[in-house]
Amino acid sequence: MAEAKPRGFFSRLLDNDIAYSFFTTPTAIAAAVIAALAIGSALLAPLIAPFNPFDPAQISLWDGKLPPVWVEGGQAQYLLGTDNQGRDMLSTILYGGRLSIVVGLAAVCLGMALGVVLGVVSGFFGGAVDSVIMRIADVQLTIPGILLAILINGIGRALLPLEMREEFAIYVVIVAIGLTDWPQFARVVRGATLVEVNKEYVQAARVIDLPGWLIMIRHILPNVMRPVLVLATIGLALAVISEATLSFLGQGIPPTTPSLGTLIRVGNEFLFSGLWWITFFPAIALVVLVFAVNLLGDWMRDALNPKLR
Amino acid sequence: MLLDIKNLDVEFRMRRETVKAARNVSLQVNAGEVLGLVGESGAGKSTIGNAIMDLLEKPGLVAGGEILFKDRNIRGLPPEEMRRIRGDEIGMIFQDPQTSLNPLLTIGEQLVETIQKSLGLREKAAEDRAVELLEGVGITEARARLQAYPHQFSGGMRQRVVIALALAGDPDLIIADEPTTALDVSIQAQILDLIKGLCRTRNLGVIIVTHDIGVIANIADRVAVMYRGEVVETGAVAQVLGAPNHEYTKSLIAAVPRADRRLERFESVDYIEGGAKPFNRIDVQNHWLGAAQDFRAPNAKAIEVNDISLSFVLQKAVLKSNRRMLKAVDQVSFSIQEGETFGLVGESGSGKSTIARCIARLYKPDEGEIRAMGRDLLANPRSPETRRARRALQMVFQDPYSSLNGRKRVLDIVAEPMRFFKLTADEAETRKIVGELLDHVGLGAAAATRYPHEFSGGQRQRISIARALASRPRILICDEPTSALDVSIQAQILNLLKDLQDELGLTMLFISHDLPVIRQMCDRVAVMKDGAICEIAESETLFNNPTHPYTRRLLDLMPRMDLMKSAV
Repeated sequence: MAEAKPRGFFSRLLDNDIAYSFFTTPTAIAAAVIAALAIGSALLAPLIAPFNPFDPAQISLWDGKLPPVWVEGGQAQYLLGTDNQGRDMLSTILYGGRLSIVVGLAAVCLGMALGVVLGVVSGFFGGAVDSVIMRIADVQLTIPGILLAILINGIGRALLPLEMREEFAIYVVIVAIGLTDWPQFARVVRGATLVEVNKEYVQAARVIDLPGWLIMIRHILPNVMRPVLVLATIGLALAVISEATLSFLGQGIPPTTPSLGTLIRVGNEFLFSGLWWITFFPAIALVVLVFAVNLLGDWMRDALNPKLR
Repeated sequence: MLLDIKNLDVEFRMRRETVKAARNVSLQVNAGEVLGLVGESGAGKSTIGNAIMDLLEKPGLVAGGEILFKDRNIRGLPPEEMRRIRGDEIGMIFQDPQTSLNPLLTIGEQLVETIQKSLGLREKAAEDRAVELLEGVGITEARARLQAYPHQFSGGMRQRVVIALALAGDPDLIIADEPTTALDVSIQAQILDLIKGLCRTRNLGVIIVTHDIGVIANIADRVAVMYRGEVVETGAVAQVLGAPNHEYTKSLIAAVPRADRRLERFESVDYIEGGAKPFNRIDVQNHWLGAAQDFRAPNAKAIEVNDISLSFVLQKAVLKSNRRMLKAVDQVSFSIQEGETFGLVGESGSGKSTIARCIARLYKPDEGEIRAMGRDLLANPRSPETRRARRALQMVFQDPYSSLNGRKRVLDIVAEPMRFFKLTADEAETRKIVGELLDHVGLGAAAATRYPHEFSGGQRQRISIARALASRPRILICDEPTSALDVSIQAQILNLLKDLQDELGLTMLFISHDLPVIRQMCDRVAVMKDGAICEIAESETLFNNPTHPYTRRLLDLMPRMDLMKSAV
């Protein structure tokens, strides 16, 4: 064997099959660029947005319902027009996208954490523990996700005192989507764990007499994370949609600090009075974001699957 | 001449490099002759077979040379023509009879279809021909068996059906790629006899691709030895195995475990991995490794197993009477003296691995008692003394690929027990000792910073051994430690295990299906069949004067090596 020097982290990062697959798949590059643009501009919203739509001092009702610049009656400072309250659409979309992405990420993280822990425990111990956890997951999977999210969301709101509802709405939405998501993760992780548990390196760890929790954390967890990564990417897209759906139904983020879904709902009311831009541009932003993240997830699934390579 | 391969080059053009799987290979096969193509994994022997059949997987391609079949160059023929040749003129037998038959079709359907296609017979005639073929490969009641599905046949019978399928188009040449590797020894002998008989009666040319010199010795007329894509030696079997010319052939033959007598060590087996560098071996007596405390109860044996039994549930059911159980281990008892190597041998499914896993506490036996160092391992498992006895017992596994966690560096893999049980004073000492252990098993301390996938199978098995040593064991359970390795690597690993045992006075439980390996390694041997022990004896006694009929049968089935007796 050649005496190769241990290479640096970045050269190893770039010089593997996954990176190779990435740089030879145009769809993946395009999706990554769009997703990076969308996420980047959303996260940097306070820096790049022309207005702060959450600041009442910058909103003027006189400027309400203005169309985009290229339509007659549009004003140069409001590139994509304004909504019914006179907020700049572009700024509102950037801020709203930021909210949607943050909620999506947090919800996926919650769902993933729950699902991965329960999945590994379930696969590792088997028997009664496994049966109980997986039956709960099965039951939950029989209820449509969005209905469940509405249910959890409703209960969460009802438990909060009235004056705190608006303030905590975002956390309630995160918990609702996260709790809806976990069975997917748990199932995948349990399957992967069942495979890993029977491999000889896990048996070797048992012969060394390591305790079960350490085997789960050190040995099994790192080896079951690949499919989780794929699921999390696609899950992010789904979580963003779930959030938008909840908000669209009026169950999610309040209109004072609107997310993309809330914007679409608000705009929907004005759609038939000809103010198409209030609902159109947030919808386009949502579609592009979800589509890019989804494509990225699809590519990742193929790249990480040795059978398809 | 039936097949004449001239200067064949096969390349795999990959992203980073072009791998030359075969270089300048020339081979000849005559009708009525068996040519053995032998070599270790990666030598390119299967590639040759696939290149002849035009079955190379992408990105493999034939880059040069000629393949003359009946004086006609078949290299680069259009796909339809190649398909015709594949069915009608060259037959192929694959390694695994499980996967080379379609499980959804009956044997008859598969055979009749093939015969109709290649010989153009009517269905009735084709059926008669199928019966004839099946009878020819030794399947009784052939006409009734046509209606049977592959799963209704045993592994050996299935391989016979595969052979019948290969003969269906009445070919002149048969390429058999490791035809007996997936089979037990008792069946291997029958299949080899069958192939050899067919070769003679039908005047076929046969190419047998194998890693097993024993198979070559039994069946081949001529042999070609491959090493790293090149044919290094060709000749009559008696000459090549008896008086090899090339250095590689010599070391390959020296590495084959002998069944006829026990050798102290395997000789000169360093040809393969580029000549092992002399690594610093540690002075075990004055080292951390040798400082394991002896906490054996007085007068106790290293391992005592008393009447253990274990059944697996094959079919679950609520009612006990409806459950189907498999008795994997049935009332087994034996004991191992300190410092002894005890062998467990038997065919697949005989329960030998299950016993090892019971002792290592991976399975819990239904009944019986297991003592290590005089401590009962099953009663109060949480007491400190039991745990100490358990940790003194380590295991080396069969599959070098799944037995190491691919996500961790070698350092972390080996250091795990030291860190968790605080066997060393500090991290610096841990690192130093890991380096020394890796040196000692012949890998070199630099291996510590790498990941397992950067190592070959034999090297990984060395890492496994280093990991086992890191718990400072007194007892080492080796569960088929070399059956996934090439013979030359096997010889190196077996030498290493012998060295370690000498230096550390380890007690070893050595499990293998391979009788010659057992003879080389073990002091005493137990022969297992269907979960029970048939015979326990000193290894020399067992091999020279077996008393149990099953032991005798096993010994008779060992590939005969008399051709090689004069070698080395």
